[in-house]
Amino acid sequence: MTAFRAVLAKDLRVELRTLQSIPAMALFAITTFVLFRYGLDRTTLTGSLAAGVLLATLLFAAILAINRLFAAEREEGGFDAMRLAPIDLTAVFAAKAMGLLVYFVILEGIALPIFGVFFLDDWAGLAPLAGVLVLADAGIALTGALVSALAAHSRARELVVPLVLLPLLVPLMVAAANAAEPLLVAGGPSFEGLGSWLAVLALYDMTFAAVGYAVFDFVLED
Amino acid sequence: MKVPSLRVQSAATVAIIVTAFALVFFYAPLDADQGFIQKIFYLHVPLAICALGGFVVAAVHAIRYLRSRDPVHDARAYVAIHLSVIFGVAVLITGSIWARASWGKWWVWDEPTLVSFLIVFLLYATYYPLRYAIEDRDRQARYASVFAIMAGAFVPLNFAAVRLAEPLVHPRVFATANGGLPGDMRLTFLICLAGMALLWLTLVRFELAAKSASARLARLRRALEGESAPAQRSRIAPAVPPRTVSS
Repeated sequence: MTAFRAVLAKDLRVELRTLQSIPAMALFAITTFVLFRYGLDRTTLTGSLAAGVLLATLLFAAILAINRLFAAEREEGGFDAMRLAPIDLTAVFAAKAMGLLVYFVILEGIALPIFGVFFLDDWAGLAPLAGVLVLADAGIALTGALVSALAAHSRARELVVPLVLLPLLVPLMVAAANAAEPLLVAGGPSFEGLGSWLAVLALYDMTFAAVGYAVFDFVLED
Repeated sequence: MKVPSLRVQSAATVAIIVTAFALVFFYAPLDADQGFIQKIFYLHVPLAICALGGFVVAAVHAIRYLRSRDPVHDARAYVAIHLSVIFGVAVLITGSIWARASWGKWWVWDEPTLVSFLIVFLLYATYYPLRYAIEDRDRQARYASVFAIMAGAFVPLNFAAVRLAEPLVHPRVFATANGGLPGDMRLTFLICLAGMALLWLTLVRFELAAKSASARLARLRRALEGESAPAQRSRIAPAVPPRTVSS
């Protein structure tokens, strides 16, 4: 527990002091909204289009943070410190995933209201949407932490992360988009079918938590 | 169980596949509504089953590699994924042909099985750039094994999620009672499946034998010529150590 707290506190403190990932993610998301406005030639979005634009934007913004997740460890020798310390390396995985989750929640705190201002006529669906997004964020965080560690020692790491991560995230996108779509329809949010899609998201999160728990030690070994 | 020699296995593979195709063209009846084009089912579905099975086999070998660190298991996982990806290309092509003949379009998005398979195929295709990107051999093997395990866990999840999302257009032949196939079609299908599985296993053995032979050759060259011997040709294919590789 202390290793988890130590690594998480370190990451959050570094982010607070250097502000590397979160402003970049937020700016990227807002710019992408503008691009979508012109790319789709629409000023309002509803239903599946709104869900798709929002989720694709958040996903690509997330990749920015995931690319940088192990940058400090790689550059400053943090990996050696983790291997030498008498800790369970799975705590590192949990801390990194939790750090990503915090970044994503902050990102959504900024990006969701702006998405509402730009594209939505009716804000009633945003609150339940935030709940769906937290579950989806957990899945992206877990998978992202695993893939980021995998790519940390490779040469073209900024290429490897999106290449390997995006196919893995497709079921999560399927579930999140189908859960989000009825929340954003024109006549006000509807909750039918939401439960089963949330169950699929939860299943995805549990699967990758289990896989990460099982294999992360092997990724961080020397 | 004593493993038959590669020559015997190859002969058996050829025999079963020839029998399978003979059954497909001369024994299996024509499908009532699709007609002759339905026969591509006997090629498409066994290929798909063998490809997905191959991905699972690769995950198993990856687990064995991580536990034992014996490079033979990494080589087997590599070859299994390699051949399953090739079979995957064949699945997508035969699936497109069948889709074009049945529904008039080369690709349909609103049909979960083909889309799930495409996603799995794209995921496993990233196995090669991942291996290329890691220079240290031992780390390469380890990370590739982690990837194979992650992707193996991902496959059922992917099929479940995509199936939930789409209405059913793709024929779900085995979902009905009795397997859905009449007796003579079922026999033909099972023989085609056996032939494809044997083909996959034989090709795996061929590829492992080829890698083993080239590794041995490189070792002998280095022993004879010393440091001036040419380096190993492929940067990513795992070097198979000098021992029998029949599994």
